[in-house]
Amino acid sequence: MTAITDPATLDVDRVRADFPVLARRIGERPLVYLDSAATSQKPLPVLDAVERYYWYSNANVHRGVHTLGTEATELFENARRRIAAFIDAPEDGVVFVRNATEGINLVAASYARELLSPGDRIVLTEMEHHSNLVPWQLAAEHAGLELAYIGVRDDGTLDLERAAELLRPPTRLLSIAHQSNVLGTINPVRQLVEMAHEHGAVVCVDAAQSVPHMPVSVRSLDCDFLAFSGHKMCAPMGIGVLWARPELLERMPPFLGGGSMILRVDLDHSTWNSVPHKFEAGTPDVASAAGLAVACDYLDAVGRDRIHAHELSLTRHLLDVLDEVGGLSVYGPGSVPERGGAVSFNVADVHPHDVGTILDREGVAVRAGHHCCQPLMRRLDVDATVRASMYLYNTHAEIDALGAALHEVKRVFRV
Amino acid sequence: MAVGFSSVDDELFREIILDHYRNPRHKGGLDPADVTLEANNPLCGDEILLSLRLRQGAVEGIAFSGRGCSISQASASMMCDSVAGKPTDEASATVQRFRDMMLAEGGVDGLGDLEALQGVKRYPVRVKCALLPWNALLQGLADGSAGENRP
Repeated sequence: MTAITDPATLDVDRVRADFPVLARRIGERPLVYLDSAATSQKPLPVLDAVERYYWYSNANVHRGVHTLGTEATELFENARRRIAAFIDAPEDGVVFVRNATEGINLVAASYARELLSPGDRIVLTEMEHHSNLVPWQLAAEHAGLELAYIGVRDDGTLDLERAAELLRPPTRLLSIAHQSNVLGTINPVRQLVEMAHEHGAVVCVDAAQSVPHMPVSVRSLDCDFLAFSGHKMCAPMGIGVLWARPELLERMPPFLGGGSMILRVDLDHSTWNSVPHKFEAGTPDVASAAGLAVACDYLDAVGRDRIHAHELSLTRHLLDVLDEVGGLSVYGPGSVPERGGAVSFNVADVHPHDVGTILDREGVAVRAGHHCCQPLMRRLDVDATVRASMYLYNTHAEIDALGAALHEVKRVFRV
Repeated sequence: MAVGFSSVDDELFREIILDHYRNPRHKGGLDPADVTLEANNPLCGDEILLSLRLRQGAVEGIAFSGRGCSISQASASMMCDSVAGKPTDEASATVQRFRDMMLAEGGVDGLGDLEALQGVKRYPVRVKCALLPWNALLQGLADGSAGENRP
């Protein structure tokens, strides 16, 4: 585990030593991994936890009476407690899912589709990831609900005047990204929750891009649902979390049926297990849950305030470097702290995939494409963008390497 | 070094590819068109709309519209250049030769400027970009000949 020597700043060399993949080379170049908004790399303590589980404690949970079964169940339930503490939320609201997408689908299917009525309105924003759009479209079609969208202003922030108009009856639910995966915009969730609650609407927060990068408190946000993925926060792929107010979970019918989620099954009907187990059908990914708990420990040992400050410093540097490269269109808020460490841009008339290919030749991994945000791409009037996204293990020198690689793009494409 | 490969040329983004990307030939629609085909790659968003007019066993007219990366758009422009006005069997043979070059060990004989796209082979994830318009043409020639043969 990384020991912190300087309380003010993050010791990035110490952190990097915990991530084996960062030592890789791409061709003859060192890997510069700037795609953490897609998925983060994994530190040794997390990899060890997963391995340890399968070496020593593997058994199914909530079932047998044998020692391994008890150990596995304890690991799984301790992980639930650890994650609740990590997001400062009551633990009986923590539902294990595969990822943020599944968490949002659960809310759309078991809350919106089942508990809302025809004519009720769901409010989303133009900057949402497809995972926070399509589930609501499915629910709306099924249950006769109306969808409305808060627009994105030219500076990459939300149109809060429009939000105020929309967050009143017949709106019953707002679902919103805490931080945009494309623009980096950090949305004023607390303020929007207050506006929604004033008129009796509940709020679901897509926290996939915020929980990994900054301290997030469910109690302080006062939201009703919050979903995030483990794999973007140093944990394995395949584990995610939906936190929901336990009293809402009580009212919601099950999402998936099967083992674990029942109290009693008869041939003609069944009754449900207590919350949150009612929403966890089948054998869960215990190893990944254990890995997620260790990821929480890891991020807290480094310090989430410190991680956030480090990313803001990298973002500031990246914005300067992009400005110095010149001839780029940069999207989203122009300054920190209104934005986090995901920055989208385009290079003159060069298609983002061509930019991505040239950057990869220089060892720099970025995302190029629509980022599962096609409506936002249309709002920005682009087909796609290049996105550089940063995490605790990135360095200012890596941002400089990106800048040099962008000069190579300009040289090849003569712009 | 191969003939026509200038020292300033990038191995992938060759001069002629950048030229077709920025100054596409046969770009637009076709009126009338016998066959129009849409090819797209939902993963990266590349789109090609190909229009064909086949008369008396030849490609009398061909045009494309679309959006996407330099490889897909230049490939479409160069493809239209290479088959415009040609007998359909010759066009089909060009499609076959191009696919052989990109997907198998086929050489560049008879492909002319299309040889420039050979560099894409070193970038496996980009091969689908180069092939996108060709898949549309392959389908279009098949659909068009079927139409022409009808009484």
